[in-house]
Amino acid sequence: MLNILGKRYIFFAISFLIIIPGLIMLGINGMPLSIDFKGGTLLEVQFPSNALPSTEQVKDIYDGLGVKDAQIQTTEDTVLIIRSSVLSDTVRLDILEQLTALAGSELVIRKADTVGPSIGEGVTERALQAVGLAALAIVLYITFAFRGVPHAFRYGVCAIIAMIHDVLIVLALTGYGARLFGWQVDSLYLTAVLTVIGFSVQDKIVVFDRIRENNTIYRKLEFEKLANHSIVQTLQRSINTQLMTVEFFLLSLALFGGVTLREFAVILLVGLFSGTYSSIFIAAPLLVVWENQEWKTWFRRTPKTA
Amino acid sequence: MDRRYINFIFILVLVAAIIWIDLPRAEGAAGIKIGTFERTLNPVLGLDLRGGMQVLLAPPEGSDIDKQALEDAALTLENRANGLGVSEVVFQVAGEKYILGEFPGLTNTEEVIATVKQTGLLEFVDAGNTYLPDGTLITTDHGLTEPVINDPAIVPVVNSEGVVEPADYVFHTVMLGSEIENVSVEVDQVTGTFIIPFEVTADSTKMFREYTAANINKNLAIVLDKRVISCPTIQGALDGGGQISGNFTSETANNLAVTLRYGRLPVALEVVESRIIGPTLGEDSLSKSLLAGAIGFSIVILFMTIYYRLPGVVAVFSIAIYAGLTFALFKLIPVTLTLPSIAGFLLSTGSALDANILIFERLKEELRNGRTLQQAIDLGWKRAWPSIRDSNIATIITSIILFWFGSAFGASIVKGFALTLALGVGVSLFTAIVVTRNFLSIVIKLINPARHQKWFGA
Repeated sequence: MLNILGKRYIFFAISFLIIIPGLIMLGINGMPLSIDFKGGTLLEVQFPSNALPSTEQVKDIYDGLGVKDAQIQTTEDTVLIIRSSVLSDTVRLDILEQLTALAGSELVIRKADTVGPSIGEGVTERALQAVGLAALAIVLYITFAFRGVPHAFRYGVCAIIAMIHDVLIVLALTGYGARLFGWQVDSLYLTAVLTVIGFSVQDKIVVFDRIRENNTIYRKLEFEKLANHSIVQTLQRSINTQLMTVEFFLLSLALFGGVTLREFAVILLVGLFSGTYSSIFIAAPLLVVWENQEWKTWFRRTPKTA
Repeated sequence: MDRRYINFIFILVLVAAIIWIDLPRAEGAAGIKIGTFERTLNPVLGLDLRGGMQVLLAPPEGSDIDKQALEDAALTLENRANGLGVSEVVFQVAGEKYILGEFPGLTNTEEVIATVKQTGLLEFVDAGNTYLPDGTLITTDHGLTEPVINDPAIVPVVNSEGVVEPADYVFHTVMLGSEIENVSVEVDQVTGTFIIPFEVTADSTKMFREYTAANINKNLAIVLDKRVISCPTIQGALDGGGQISGNFTSETANNLAVTLRYGRLPVALEVVESRIIGPTLGEDSLSKSLLAGAIGFSIVILFMTIYYRLPGVVAVFSIAIYAGLTFALFKLIPVTLTLPSIAGFLLSTGSALDANILIFERLKEELRNGRTLQQAIDLGWKRAWPSIRDSNIATIITSIILFWFGSAFGASIVKGFALTLALGVGVSLFTAIVVTRNFLSIVIKLINPARHQKWFGA
């Protein structure tokens, strides 16, 4: 039979290799917070074809009105996204007027968001509180639902650690995305992260459920073998649910869902994949590590007998 | 009769109801009405999908926040905006200190901000023998330097289109909103109807008493920003106060009282956030996410049928019922459809699929262990159930906490997402328990399963 758990330290290492560079990138560049969190004005304007002004021209207009921090980004062919500090209504109208003059014809305003700086304050903090509360509730629920198996508490804790792993994967992805594609963390991003958290826990429970069931069938079996057996049994379901169905939805959303949804869909694609991956390669192996109390051997020189 | 068939009939009735509710309706077509429960059954699209403007208002930093004052301000703003003829405007209190205003289709920030900042001029106007219906726009002499003397021979009328004739008729303002105080809402002990008692400030008492004494049985219109909001008849001389009676419900009486109390807003508000979504972007997002959903769903149908054969087909029906039922609930509750709420819906579709896949994988396993098909279905179901139950309960717990977080903080994105996720997961549990299982059992009864093992992918 497939021995997945025997290679558990390899999987841990793979996750670290993905997470650490991404987090370092985030650390260097800072979290790419959108105006949703730090305040500012975002204009998304569509120009007639062949009338797209250059970045410098737009920058000059902003500078001319005393707004020095405009960042201009081109998406699709004729759409500009311009981010800046908060613009008053009059300045915003001035800018649109000058842009219209530049293009020589009417522009289509796709989006104009202005967020005061005080709004974002505390959102992250509160979101963390909410997620922390949810995590606690889930540990309690899992401990209750698994009360029939020994050490039910461990299942909840391992599920939450694996969930944190999935969030870290998403954060690492954000680091890469911000670097390569100019991704920004906005409220839609927050939704994506919450989705990843929800689905991650759901998936862990399905895999743990099999361990719970096998526990009553194979009472004498060593825990590692039992867990490995359970993972292999649920493997087909994991692949089918995750790869064949959910990921198809997200892939089509990423490909056909338009620019607004692309970043959102890609984060979900990776995050939900990670949610399934970590059930098998992080959460269940952690249970084994805990059962064997392997940390006692981590810092000894004797070769591990696995 | 076999329980399965009773369930089957129940499912058929449900499907008929779902189809009836989900069918698209023409704008303004009749919806559903049972007692006080009334729905148009048109899907409610959020601003990100239909275009429009959203503003978030808050009292200036550091000011005291009085929840009741915020509620009143939201009501006043909504009345005011509706008075301006802007349709479907919603103002509501969001979180601890915000008022969220939504203006579908409108992208003119200036107009909205003017509405917010305007103080609101409340006047009591002499309408003589003319009854002025609610909403009539009139001209008054308040603020005019020259007094206007109307020819008593001219009696203004309001024509069928709600316009005053003659158009240049100027009504006389008797008293301003600033001259009344202590407005409340009470139920008349005798008639049981709602009444609105008010007091006139000491300075204006004499004037008001003389005026009302001279105009008994005439109409006294209450006018906000030149628009009539009520037109009661003077029933007697009023000394120091009076009451407005009319055909009020508890809600309309309260609305009027709030307007009388606060011709101006009870709290100062400033715009802390504004979002404008152009109609093209909204349409674009809607059509693209619908396309993406259709493509995704087609691939899922293909996969399920090819991989799981007959049970796969059953699952596709079950998922279709799941999607239809969820959409029907969205219309009935109603849930505003935004991009995040669609995301929550898609995610719960994933859960619904997962439930089916869990059951079928178990079914296959039991078949491999040499069970008969009927046994395999029962066992597969029984074994898959705990994992479906526990995993979905965990998701519901998460969404409840997120919903609470979203409401407390006015983060409507998170709230919408959590609501549709919880609803979807709830419905998916139902379809997994009732629909998939019943359909499978009935299919087994109708065919001879022993001869068709391969239909089950075994």
